[in-house]
Parts: sequence; C-alpha cells; structure tokens
Amino acid sequence: MPALSFLDILKFVLMASLCPHIFILCNAGKRVVFMGDDTWDSLFPKHFQQSFPFPSFNVKDLHTVDNGILKHLYPSMKRKDWDIIIAHFLGVDHCGHRYGPDHPAMAEKLTQMDQVIRSVARLIENDTLLVVFGDHGMTDTGDHGGESQKETDAALFLYTPSMLVSTEQGLAEPMVVPQIDLTPTLALLLGIPIPYSSIGKVMVQLIPSGDLFDHNAQELQQAEALFVNAKQVNRFLETYSLVAKHLPQETLDHLQDMYLKATKNYIMLRDAFATHSPLNSQELKKLISDFHVYLVSVQEMCKVSWAQFHSLQIIVGIIVLVGSCVVCFIVSEFASIVESSYKELLFLAVFTGAFASGTVAIFQFFWLEFEAFSVLGTFTVVAQVAFLWKFNHLKNSNRYFLNRAVNIINTALKGELQMTSPLIVFMVFLLRCASLFSDSYIVAEEQVVSFLLSSLGLFILVHLTWYGNLLHSFIDGFKTTNPGMSSQQMAFVKDKKTMHVLVACVALLMFSLCLSHVFHGCRDEQVICTPSLFLAPLCTLQDVQLRNIHYVLSVCSLLTSYYLVRRWLCYYGNFNSHSLAVFVARFELPLLVVCICLFWAVSSTPEESFVNWQQFIRLASSVFPRVAFVLFCLGIAAVFWNPLTVFVKPKVLSEEGPITQSYRASGCVSPQAELQHLIPHIYQCMRRSYQVPKEEGESLKDEYYQPTVEAFGLGTVYSAPMLLILVLFQLLLALLHPEGLALSFLLMLLEAFAILQIHSKTSSLYRCRLYSDKFSVPWCVVLMWALASTQFFYATGHLPTFPSIQWNAAFIGFSEGHSNQVLPALLVLLNTFSSCILLAVSCPLLLFWPLICEPSNTAKSGSKLGELKSDNIPVMEMKLRDNPEYFSRALLQLMARYLFIHGAQLLASVCAAAILKRHLMVWKVFAPKLLFEASGFLVTSLFVIISLILIMRVDVCLTRWVKQLIPVDSR
Amino acid sequence: MKDIEIKGMVSAHAIIAITILLATLAPTLFVGNYSVYGTHLVWLYSCCSAVAAVNIALYALLGVSPTPKRHTLSYKVTKLFRSFMYFGFSCLIFHGIVVLYGAPLIESALETFSFAVLLSTFTTLRCICMLGPNVQAWIRVFSKNGAMSIWDTSLQITTLCSVIGAWFGAFPIPLDWDRPWQVWPVSCTLGATFGFVMGLLVAPSWIYWYRKHLTYKSK
Ligand SMILES: [Zn+2]
Ligand SMILES: [Zn+2]
Repeated sequence: MPALSFLDILKFVLMASLCPHIFILCNAGKRVVFMGDDTWDSLFPKHFQQSFPFPSFNVKDLHTVDNGILKHLYPSMKRKDWDIIIAHFLGVDHCGHRYGPDHPAMAEKLTQMDQVIRSVARLIENDTLLVVFGDHGMTDTGDHGGESQKETDAALFLYTPSMLVSTEQGLAEPMVVPQIDLTPTLALLLGIPIPYSSIGKVMVQLIPSGDLFDHNAQELQQAEALFVNAKQVNRFLETYSLVAKHLPQETLDHLQDMYLKATKNYIMLRDAFATHSPLNSQELKKLISDFHVYLVSVQEMCKVSWAQFHSLQIIVGIIVLVGSCVVCFIVSEFASIVESSYKELLFLAVFTGAFASGTVAIFQFFWLEFEAFSVLGTFTVVAQVAFLWKFNHLKNSNRYFLNRAVNIINTALKGELQMTSPLIVFMVFLLRCASLFSDSYIVAEEQVVSFLLSSLGLFILVHLTWYGNLLHSFIDGFKTTNPGMSSQQMAFVKDKKTMHVLVACVALLMFSLCLSHVFHGCRDEQVICTPSLFLAPLCTLQDVQLRNIHYVLSVCSLLTSYYLVRRWLCYYGNFNSHSLAVFVARFELPLLVVCICLFWAVSSTPEESFVNWQQFIRLASSVFPRVAFVLFCLGIAAVFWNPLTVFVKPKVLSEEGPITQSYRASGCVSPQAELQHLIPHIYQCMRRSYQVPKEEGESLKDEYYQPTVEAFGLGTVYSAPMLLILVLFQLLLALLHPEGLALSFLLMLLEAFAILQIHSKTSSLYRCRLYSDKFSVPWCVVLMWALASTQFFYATGHLPTFPSIQWNAAFIGFSEGHSNQVLPALLVLLNTFSSCILLAVSCPLLLFWPLICEPSNTAKSGSKLGELKSDNIPVMEMKLRDNPEYFSRALLQLMARYLFIHGAQLLASVCAAAILKRHLMVWKVFAPKLLFEASGFLVTSLFVIISLILIMRVDVCLTRWVKQLIPVDSR
Repeated sequence: MKDIEIKGMVSAHAIIAITILLATLAPTLFVGNYSVYGTHLVWLYSCCSAVAAVNIALYALLGVSPTPKRHTLSYKVTKLFRSFMYFGFSCLIFHGIVVLYGAPLIESALETFSFAVLLSTFTTLRCICMLGPNVQAWIRVFSKNGAMSIWDTSLQITTLCSVIGAWFGAFPIPLDWDRPWQVWPVSCTLGATFGFVMGLLVAPSWIYWYRKHLTYKSK
C-alpha cells in the first residue's frame, strides 16, 4: 500500500536531496569532475571543477555522449586532481527507448558498458569507491517512467579494491535498497554531512571500520552512522512539521519519543566504549534496530502524508464539472430557447461570474493569499448558477419545459418508439460512465468501448427492424386486408437496398473495430499481452522482408485515404473551382503524402547499410517532415482563407432546351453524379426566382428557370472544407506516429464513414416520422462518435499511462533536439490526442452527412424525381442556408451533445478518482486516466471550436459569394 | 381459449426449463470429474442437445408449427434440409458476430463456435420449430406488430432474453477476480442459458398480465 505514491515521493526526494547534495559536495570543497548528460551542467552551472557536457536530448543518438565520456574518463582518472568523478552514460537509456532491450544494438551497448566498468575497476585504487547505478530500469519496450517492477528496479554495483564488506557478512542474495538510501550513504562515505532534506536511511553494511573482524567495533561504527542519520532526519522533521501542518501530531510525538530514547541509549553505549568497559553486544544490536525502526517509520509517515488530498478542492471541482455538464445538456436539449435568448444568458452569466470572481480576487488580494484557482472556480460556479437561474426565468422556457415533460411521459406511457431508443442509448452511456469506476474496466477500456460501440450499431439495426422502418413496406403491405403476394414482395424489394447498405455499414463498423485491436499497446497490468508489431518504428524491425511489407502497407493506406477523399470531392463536384481549398486538395495533399512517404523511407533505412549516405539521410530525415509541417500549415491557412469549393460556370446564353442538356456540356463528372450537381444549380435558379422577380411580377419567373448560373459543389459547400481539414490533420498526425499506424488512421476514416452512413440512412428512414427538429443529430450517433474517439485513442497505440506516451513524436523533423520546450510539447500533445483531434474536427460532418446523402436516398426510394418539382428538389447543404436559424440551432445542439458526452466521461473519471483515492490502483490506473481524460477533453473542446470557426468562415464566404453573384446576373 | 393456450405454454416452458436443469445434472452420472466450468463443453453439448430434442418433440406434438401444405416426401425432405441449412447459417452468423465483438479468432475457436451453437439452439431452432424455415415469417414475428399468436410473443421474449443474457454475460470477463467462470465463453453461455430460462418463465406471465392489451390478427 505505501508503494502507491512511492514514485512521486521518490521523485520529490530525489529532487530535494540531489540538488543540495551537489551543492554540499561543491561547497564542502570537494573537487567534482563531471562528464556526460548536459542537463547536469544546466542544473548546476559552475559547480563542477571540470565538466565535459554533451548534448543528450536526442534519443536517437546512441553514441555521442558515451564516446565523449570515454574520451575524457581515463585521462581525468589518471590526473588525480579530483574527489569525485560523475560519469553519466546515456547510451543504454537511449538505446532502450529507440530499439528496446532485445536488439543487437543493445547488446553492443551493454558490452561496451561492461568493458568500461571492467577497465575502471582495474584502474581505481584502494581508497576509491566505484559506484555504478541506474536511475531506473526499463519495460519490455525499453521505456520507463511508470511504476512497474521492471521500471523502478535498477542495479546498484559497488566496488573497491580493498575489502568493503566482511566475507562473513557476504550476501548470498543481493539485497534491495531504496534509491533514497544512496544519498546519506554516499554522504557519510565521503565524510560530509547528510543533506538536510534527505529522509533516506544509511546503508550500514557499507560503513567501514578499522577492523573488519571486530564485531563490536564495527557495530558501534554502524550505530554512529545511524545516529548521525537519525539526528539529521529528526532535525528535518522538526522544521518540516513547523511549516507543513498536515503531519499527524501523534505520530510525530511517537517518533520523537523513539528518537530520544535511541539517542540516549547510543550516548550511554558510546561513553561506555570510551571508558573501555566491555560492550553489551545485545544492547548494541537492539540500538541499531531501534534506529532502523525510527528511520523506516519516518519514511512511512512521509509517504502516507505526502499522498494527502484536498477534499474541498475535489468537491468544488466536481461541482464545477457537474454544472458544466448540466449547462451542456440544457443547451443541447433546449437549443431553440437558448439560441433565441443567448445574449441575455451569456451576458448575465459572464457578468455575474466576473463580478463574483473579481470580489473574491480583491478580497484575497488584501486579506489573504491570492489563489488563481479559487478565483477561476468562483467565476465558473457563479456563471453557471446565473445561467441556470436565468434559464429558469426565461418567459417561454417553462411552458416549453412542461410541454416536453408531458410529451415524454405520454410517450413513455404508451411505450412508443420514441422512448425505447433514447432509453437504451442512455443505458449504454451509463454503462460507459460506470466502467470508469473499475480499474479492470479501465485496463480493458479498449474492449469495453468497442463492445458498446458494436452494440449500438447492432441495436440500431434491430430497432429499425422491430419498428418496421427497415422493412416497413413489407409490414404495411401485410396489414392491408388483402395483400397480393406480388405487391408484398415489391414492397419488400423496395427497401432492400437501404437495408443492405445499413447492414454493410454496421458490418464495416464492427469489422474496423475488430481490426483496430491489432494496433493495441500493453499496460503493465495486462500480463499476457504483447504490444502490437505496428507500434515499433520501422527501423527497429530486423527482418528486411517484414520491414518492406510494413512500409508498403503504410504507404498504401496513406494513398488510399487520400484517394477516397479525392473521389468523394470529385464526385460531388468540388474539384472544378480555382479556389485555394481546391488547390490544396489537388496539389498540396499529394505533395504532403509524398513527403511523408519519403520521410518514412529515409528514417527506416538502417544506418549501417548506407554508411556513405549517412549525411544525406540525416539531412533528409529532418527536411522532409519540416516540409510536411510547412505544407500542413499552409494547407490549413489556405482552407481557412478561401474555403469555398464552388465553381461557377458563366451564364449560358443559349435559350434552348431543358436544364440537363446545358449541364451535360460541362462534363468532368460521372453521369450518376450529374443529378446532384444539377440540384444546387437549380437551387440557385429558385433562389433568384424569389429574390429578383419581386418587383417584376410572376410572369418573369419562368425565365429564371433557365440556366442562369451553374455552380458545382454547392451542395457540399460546408463539408468539403471540413473534409479537407480532416485529411490534412490525418496526414500530419500519421506523420507523428510510428509508420505502421497509418493503417489505423485509414481504419479510423472507414469507421467514421460507417457511422456517418448509418446515421444518414437511419435518419432518412426516420425522417418523416420521428424528427420534429430539423437537422437535429440524435444522441445515439453522437455517442457513437464520442466512443469512437475513445476507441481510437487506443487503436493509435496510446494508453492512459505515462510511460506509454510516444515521446519519439517530439523528434520528428527535429532529430537534433529542440531549443525550446513549446514545440516538442505541442508535437507530443498532437500525437497523444490524435483521435480526439480528428473526431472533434470532423464532428460537424454528422450534421451535414444526411443532407449530402439525401439525393441518393430519395433517388433510390422515390421514383418520381424525374419531374423535378421545385419544392421536392434536394438541395443538400443549401437547405442549411435556407434555414439559418435551424442550422445554427442544430449545430449548437450537436456541439453541446458532443461536449456533454465527453464532459460526463470526465466527470465519471474525476468521481472515480475522488471516491477511490485510497484504492490500491489509484496512482497506477485512476489518476493517470483522469489526467488523460481531462487533457483529452480540453483538446476536444478546442478542436470543436476550431471546426465551428471553419463553418462560420464558410458561411461568411458563401454570403459574400452570393452577393457577388447577384449583380452579375441581373445585368 | 386463451387461458388454455397459456396453460399449455406454461407446461411446455416448464418442461424445457426442467430439461435444462436435468441436462446440467445428468452428465455427473456418465462423465468423471464433471463440473459446469471445468468440463464446460460437455455441459454445453448436453444442454444444447437436450433443449433441441425437447423443443422439436414438444412443438411437433403441440402442433404449433404451421401445417404443411403438402405431404409428399420430397417436400418434407427439402423442408428438413432447409431447416438444417438455416440452423447452420445462424450458427455461422452468430459465430461471426461474436468474433467481431472481440472473441478470440483462432485461440478458442471451438469454444466460440459451441457458444454460437448454443445461442442458435435457444433462438433459431425455436424459430424453425414454430415458424418453419421461412425467413419472411421470422422477420414478421420480430417486428412490432408482427406477433399473431401467444406463441409468437413467447418466441420474441425468449429470443430477446437469451441474447441479452449472453450480452450481459460478457461483462465479468475483464474483471480481475480470477474465477473459473470468467474464462471465455463460460460466463456468456451461462448468461445466455440464464436469460433463456428467465425468458421461459417471463413469457407466460407477461402474456397473462397483458392479455387484455394483446390482440392478435388472424392469419
Ligand atoms: Zn530514458
Ligand atoms: Zn534515464
């Protein structure tokens, strides 16, 4: 149990103890020579008599530091003008990170280290102690930072030519010592005071005495060391307990008693020894064990008390989260009210929140300590309360609320179809949140989430079948009194296509879910588990054949995802205009793909095989990704600058013939797509027909039905830039991952497509019967989207644990390391939350997709479209522009729902960590999960806002475009 | 009329439930060191075969299944053949779904398939017995207003219960309790069986409770 926060304490202690240690070493006049990792030099500038720092940040560089050390080590040792030499070798650590423990490079490195130790051991003299230790071990993948046995266990090797430990005491089994014990031991061995804040226990076995075979003398020596140690620890404890009030007083008193008693005994014994009276060896042994017990209990107490929690802050945090979730829910469910009076709501909330937090801040500033957290907390809580209060007092909200409640109760009583679906979805959502309360389910979260996601997909199918929506014509036919067999079958066939598409989509969803398990990583808790082969960078693969296959697969998946998007854009006629967005799609994306492929090719070539090319390879491996980054930024900027992918064909002067003919001449698109491009065009005619002729009268209307203007891709004006942004991000994020995961990104695209298709087909089946709200996206689909985002967090090889963070991402394009901290942090963040980013950015597609698919849906089910009635024309996304209030409402609702689901998951995670804070697994499972969930939530919110900005930008551009269009045509 | 039918259903369901109980206990006599978890497949097969046999016998005797239009041998043979085919298909489909749900693909393929057979016995076999090998009739029964007799309603309920039981049966698998019944597919088969038995018990009571609301159209 106390091992819970051992690592945290360890880090704390190391930081607290190491720094003063070095200071003391230097201040004590010891001559310290340092060589190795340059971090030391920046931590302790000018403390060393001599230092040979080497750049250490580049994980891929195995030899610079080590070879540098070796160059200086032996000469320095021979010079004898030192007391301490610190040589910090980094090769093994870097090799572990890069290749893992079972790689020939590691064997080579270890052999080299072995030789170093041998030769140093041969060189040192009798009064010198060689201490070899690692600061940590490594996992099977060669990483560290976690708390598993393999990571926290490190070797400690001590050697001196003279006898250190008496042979009788020779240890049959190597003993295990805590790392914090190293500080006091080394301090005493060097003959300097133990650092003030160290709470380590001296390793008594190493305390030398003049006579190895005189037990009493040796034990007295040990007792003295322990006495010094205990004195120092006691002093630290006394001063520390004055500052920090959280140490339990009883324990402190008890410890004080123990200390005083042991000290008294020690002084008595020492005096006795000084007067040469015979020593009682029993008493001596007891004294040593007393000191032991004292030091160990101090450590225990510190461990327990440093793992304390601030209950008030936890509760306030939970309240804030609950409030945010409630606000999100209200916004999503009462989007129309919120939207109509958002100014009042927002103003009141922000104003009162700012007022309250300002008061608190002033109060704190004058009378208390200023705390940013409490000010922010006050702001949020007050703003939320004000929002809810105002919402409750809105004029129409009460009536609306009542209506809704009555509706819900009515439908629930009737057991109608509206109820069962939300109920099941709510249950699945509840299960998802509940799963965050169990450490086993968090460990198996990948399986849990994909289980629930598959269930939702299957549930939609079953639900549709049960209510006869999927095969409704069949049922309807059955109901009529005398159904002819043929008409039954006709009806059966009519919806068969939709059914097949739906079944295929659900199958695709489940299949991609199943396949995505291939890319899993492994937690420490999962015993029988081998991490996916795709997670290893290509350069670590030994088998050339396998490496080539992996490379080809990755490149193919990149090309496929680009090809799919290109096909889609082309199909909907977005490829004709000359805008920047189309330029990005046409030329920049392929260039980006090529860049990434070349980078992968270069970075996966083994360095040994192209010795002559090394310079070039190094250059290329930093140039290609940088070019890709620049291309990505340019692409994003271009899409934001000019997002319209609409191509306007100048006015056709010929007056002959129906619209379709003039359309055909424009070419470039497949015949079945024609209908869909025609539609926006007709929409334009319609638009003009009710915009212009107002003053000219009805008779002119017919003229405007002629092809005045042709616009390609107007039907997908919102989703095309959205898709472009999605692909740009996908390519960038694929670049930041190990090469093999490009496949996983392709799978993500397919899965998102499957969900979108399911959504659009279902909504087209339901449309007439269920949805009163226009464009509204149901909870079920939003939940699926959110679950997919969690699921692909795992499918991109990530885990909610710190050791599994893919640090290599920070060095892509910057293999020499970074000069600042911002860029690597950004790269690692992008890498870690790639799935959150992609699914948040593409979230509005849920709103657009049914509209895009509408023509094909109606074309398949309805057969009378040929006549093109003006009120029956599917105008795809132009519908949104026709109903701007519904559009903004639906968008607001969608975003609120998406954030609500993520927020509720975060809330569940927070509650789990708060309730189970004394659980055995809190530091291993719940706390990291909470941190990852919280950061994921922040990233998701950010990117949801970015996608909103994009839509607004498209809207602005579209308005400008339409304005431009009108004067041209009315000439 | 209806009461008699419900009584008939109660007795039929009771017989099936007792059969499951007997099938669970019977192998102790023949198989050494038998236990439901330890020799899971033995239990599974005995349960499957018993339920299948009783179902076929019962519904053949009761005459619930649609009366054949023709009595020729060839017609009967094709019907039998189609029944077998559908049963096989449903086993394969269940197997596929279960694998897509995350069951191990290769490791315990036999266990997974046995589980699929069990599920098919609880669901598809009863459909075949009651409705004959007629997919359109099945789709009709499994839609909202499709039930045309109390037997159809009971079929709906038992099928739903067995599938939901199997679904809930997957829940304990990731937990770290290290119990023998957490091994795949023990908890799922037990869940499905439990759900099926519950369905058998619930169906008559549900029908009795809602007998006023249930209106069946004549065929
Ligand atoms: Zn490291
Ligand atoms: Zn390290």
